[in-house]
Amino acid sequence: MADILQVKNLSRHFELGQGVVRALDDVSLTLREGRILGVVGESGSGKSTLAKLVMALDRPTSGQVLIDGRDLFAMTPRELRRARRHFQMVFQDPYGSLDPRQSVGRIVAEPLYLDPEAPRGAARRRLVADLLEDVGLAAADADRFPHEFSGGQRQRIAIARALITRPRLLVADEATSALDLTVQKQILELILKLRDEHGISVLFITHNIGVVDEICDEVAVMQDGRLVETGPARQVLDEPRQDYTRKLLAAEPTLNVIGRRNRAPV
Amino acid sequence: MRRLPLSLIIGGAITALLIGAALLSRVWTPADPTAMNVLNRLKGPGEAGLLGADQIGRDVFSIVMAGAWTSLGVAFTATIIGGAVGTLVGVTAAARGGAIERVLMAANGVLFSFPPILSAILLGALMGPGALTSITAIGIFMVPVFARISRAAAMQIWARDFVQAARMAGKGQALITVQHVIPNIQAQIIVQLAIQTGLGILSEAGLSFLGMGVAPPTPSWGRMLADAQTYISAAPHLVLAPGLAIAVAVLGLNLLGDGLRDLTDPRRRQAS
Repeated sequence: MADILQVKNLSRHFELGQGVVRALDDVSLTLREGRILGVVGESGSGKSTLAKLVMALDRPTSGQVLIDGRDLFAMTPRELRRARRHFQMVFQDPYGSLDPRQSVGRIVAEPLYLDPEAPRGAARRRLVADLLEDVGLAAADADRFPHEFSGGQRQRIAIARALITRPRLLVADEATSALDLTVQKQILELILKLRDEHGISVLFITHNIGVVDEICDEVAVMQDGRLVETGPARQVLDEPRQDYTRKLLAAEPTLNVIGRRNRAPV
Repeated sequence: MRRLPLSLIIGGAITALLIGAALLSRVWTPADPTAMNVLNRLKGPGEAGLLGADQIGRDVFSIVMAGAWTSLGVAFTATIIGGAVGTLVGVTAAARGGAIERVLMAANGVLFSFPPILSAILLGALMGPGALTSITAIGIFMVPVFARISRAAAMQIWARDFVQAARMAGKGQALITVQHVIPNIQAQIIVQLAIQTGLGILSEAGLSFLGMGVAPPTPSWGRMLADAQTYISAAPHLVLAPGLAIAVAVLGLNLLGDGLRDLTDPRRRQAS
């Protein structure tokens, strides 16, 4: 199986006054075609910086991001624009990621701007309608506006938008963190279904190690901009080799910890 | 159907009345606003026409109506032009950032620091008085106001994730500004258009008062005030009529602006 995404010695430093913040420090990762790689870590561990760089929304201080073997930051702007249809992203906050002034149909179709041969008119509407049904919404929802939808439905719209160009890599940056547990589960199942049906690879960024357990094949643990542990999800979760990973696992709120009935006597 | 803010209803009614009077004055006024009738000179309200007559016997009510056309026309044209240029400057600064933003906003600050009356007098000296001078002077004064507001509003939009999504769709700054930024800040711009048109009326009256406005005999509220100064004790209605017209017009447009803001800003809507 080919590597869809390779991150090589990627660093992103921010200069703030006197000090330098190493948001991302010499990170290397590989994601194979059709797999789901979870990136876990606390807030500030560099997960979102990594997502931004993989999406070429920011430029690294050093290092490379290879998508399908081609370095994003060595491309000309034109080449980058042409390559963008192969990787798309779903954001954390489904309230901020949809333009409130645009109809759902227009939002979902936006990335088609990348494809000069994209269908127009009725064919485009049909494409949007099919995709909305694919993510569990109705075809008629294309004419409605984001404020008419719940958080979970909005995230489905955002996923539909990310999928319309048939990308090969999907980056989900805390895509389920703003949702309540049942909706979270539905969205995770949707991502699994899309992976199985379309063979899409997913870089799943989360602070929630339980989500990793649920859907990821592999996991990378980050701390302070550095990678501390990588490996198959089962192995890392069952036998963490690093103290930090153990700490993250112990910090995960599970139902029998936060549940009412099993609360430990004070 | 949610209740409309009271300020919107009152402001909207006053503004509609004002626009109605201005439009009506183009086709009908009780008397010709430029026709002199020396027999009526300085007669009070009721004695000659609804609001009396001025120092050369013209019908005051008719002049006020025709003056509404001048005031609104100059103020609205100037605000639209100044608003368009200022908004363009503001959204460009927000989109480009860096050196371009600093230069644009510095130039804007310089423009903002000029007292508008002073620059209008300077402009009047260069161009001669007239409607075009008033429009230019007021329009230039509007540019930095709109530039600041639209830049601040646009920067908030640029920070939103849907702009990142548009970038991932390969869209450039200009396209994102047109498709995402402007539609999301247009409500704030429209509110400001209403409020600034009110200020524009005040400025137009000020310029006319100083003799920098439209040329006589075109009726104008500012010049009515200037002409009436000497008769203030003999015929106070000559000062009151244009003075009240200006005050009510400015009040109406400000209320309209506030009402539109209440209507479009969800945070304020909850508070009221």
